[in-house]
Amino acid sequence: MTLPAAAPDDRAAAPAAPAGTPQPLVVLSGVNKHYGDLHVLRDIDLTVHKGEVVVLLGPSGSGKSTLCRTVNRLETIDGGTITIDGVPLPEEGRALARLRSEVGMVFQSFNLFAHKTALENVVLAQVKVRKRSKEEAHAKARALLERVGLAAHAGKYPAQLSGGQQQRVAIARALAMEPKLMLFDEPTSALDPETVSEVLDVIRALAADGMTMIVVTHEMGFARSAADRVVFMADGVLVEESAPEDFFTAPSSERARDFLAKVLHH
Amino acid sequence: MGFLWDNHTVILDAFGEGLILSGWAALFALVVGTLLAVMRVSPVPPLRWAGTAYVSVLRNTPLVLCFMVFTSAIPHLGFTAEPLTWAIWALSAYTAAFVCEAVRAGIKSVPRGQAEAARAIGMTFGQSMRLVILPQALRAAVPPLGNTMIAMWKNSTVAAGFGVAEGAGALHDLLNDHADKIWTLFIGIAVGYMVVVFAISAVFRLIERTWRYA
Ligand SMILES: Nc1ncnc2c1ncn2[C@@H]1O[C@H](COP(=O)(O)OP(=O)(O)OP(=O)(O)O)[C@@H](O)[C@H]1O
Ligand SMILES: [Mg+2]
Repeated sequence: MTLPAAAPDDRAAAPAAPAGTPQPLVVLSGVNKHYGDLHVLRDIDLTVHKGEVVVLLGPSGSGKSTLCRTVNRLETIDGGTITIDGVPLPEEGRALARLRSEVGMVFQSFNLFAHKTALENVVLAQVKVRKRSKEEAHAKARALLERVGLAAHAGKYPAQLSGGQQQRVAIARALAMEPKLMLFDEPTSALDPETVSEVLDVIRALAADGMTMIVVTHEMGFARSAADRVVFMADGVLVEESAPEDFFTAPSSERARDFLAKVLHH
Repeated sequence: MGFLWDNHTVILDAFGEGLILSGWAALFALVVGTLLAVMRVSPVPPLRWAGTAYVSVLRNTPLVLCFMVFTSAIPHLGFTAEPLTWAIWALSAYTAAFVCEAVRAGIKSVPRGQAEAARAIGMTFGQSMRLVILPQALRAAVPPLGNTMIAMWKNSTVAAGFGVAEGAGALHDLLNDHADKIWTLFIGIAVGYMVVVFAISAVFRLIERTWRYA
């Protein structure tokens, strides 16, 4: 008998954390960012726990995308710290690339690789970044396309797919890397109304499987039903954090009440 | 016609030499030009500066000057080579600047989201260039690269003045001996150049057609 080698992920669990205690995965503390004179993120403190679904709401221009993109350092920050699994985000280079490969990101505009088929989109980074064998990557890609309901479209190019289908391929592409965390920046904002639900259903299923995620969205129904926690942002400040029921029935801030009045009576 | 036929070995040899020159120069210019374009969009400032400086100098000076550097200035430093070799160097170096600009325009035409998705999934700058950006950028650059290659083929005549026996050089030599056949010669040689231009166009149209994705 040998003891199993301690996996790095066991650290947080180490000294007798009682089962069910939330373990922090992403911790932002005192995060600030400027675009020139514009102070887009102001002293942001936010902790996302393993398995948690955090929905980020707020008016246009409040800094939701920027915040989301600082988490995998697509945007740099001017002050504060961001850690993932206890490790500060690497500044640049291979360490940063490795970290990014463990954080899935889904964009509003899909951004599938235009010169690759759906299957190749899901295979590419598995082989080139994760160094998996072609066979393994293909098997995984097919299974994931099956899971998002697109097995029949594996050989099509992005331009031949509808928006909803492209976004589901994009989700499969991110999942292929087995991320610890998924970031969604308005994943359904560019979609026709009738295809929004096919994408939201995939995201809901992921949440049910225990994936940790940060979701920026304007879909209030989704926020209410899928979020563990709603975070409301305005003018670069985290104004309010609460359980979705509380947020939608009794928002505590004036800004949130205004916001909800606008979006819900729209 | 008969006159051209009587001299066809001289003329064909000359065109053959010109094609060898342009073939090698095309290969080197495409490779070097693409590398220069990548340098110009890289996140490393000194690489960007070097790329920009190269292109500025070579695009804004005459080709003849470039040939003189390779056939006079560099041999003066003690390096020796065949005139054809120097001509390949000169034409490659000059054309690479134009290839760079065509490829760079292609890179700019690739939507930002492509590079962002590549970075977000963990690719390094090199991987994202090689696997995502360049395959799309080069497709977009095929038509302007075709024009660059046609211009290069015509520019290759400059080599005649630097000891390379290519097509226009052959024209010159034949004219010295057969001044009375001037029109026949002009038309014959011009048709020769045009045939090659059409061939280059056809090749690039074919690449454009087969290299398109849905
Ligand atoms: N690259 C940039 N350069 C300068 N300003 C920027 C840049 N990106 C965003 N901004 C500005 O920063 C602010 C926050 O932008 P951000 O995209 O994070 O807002 P958002 O909450 O995602 O809005 P939306 O709901 O419209 O997507 C906006 O005022 C925006 O104009
Ligand atoms: Mg946004």
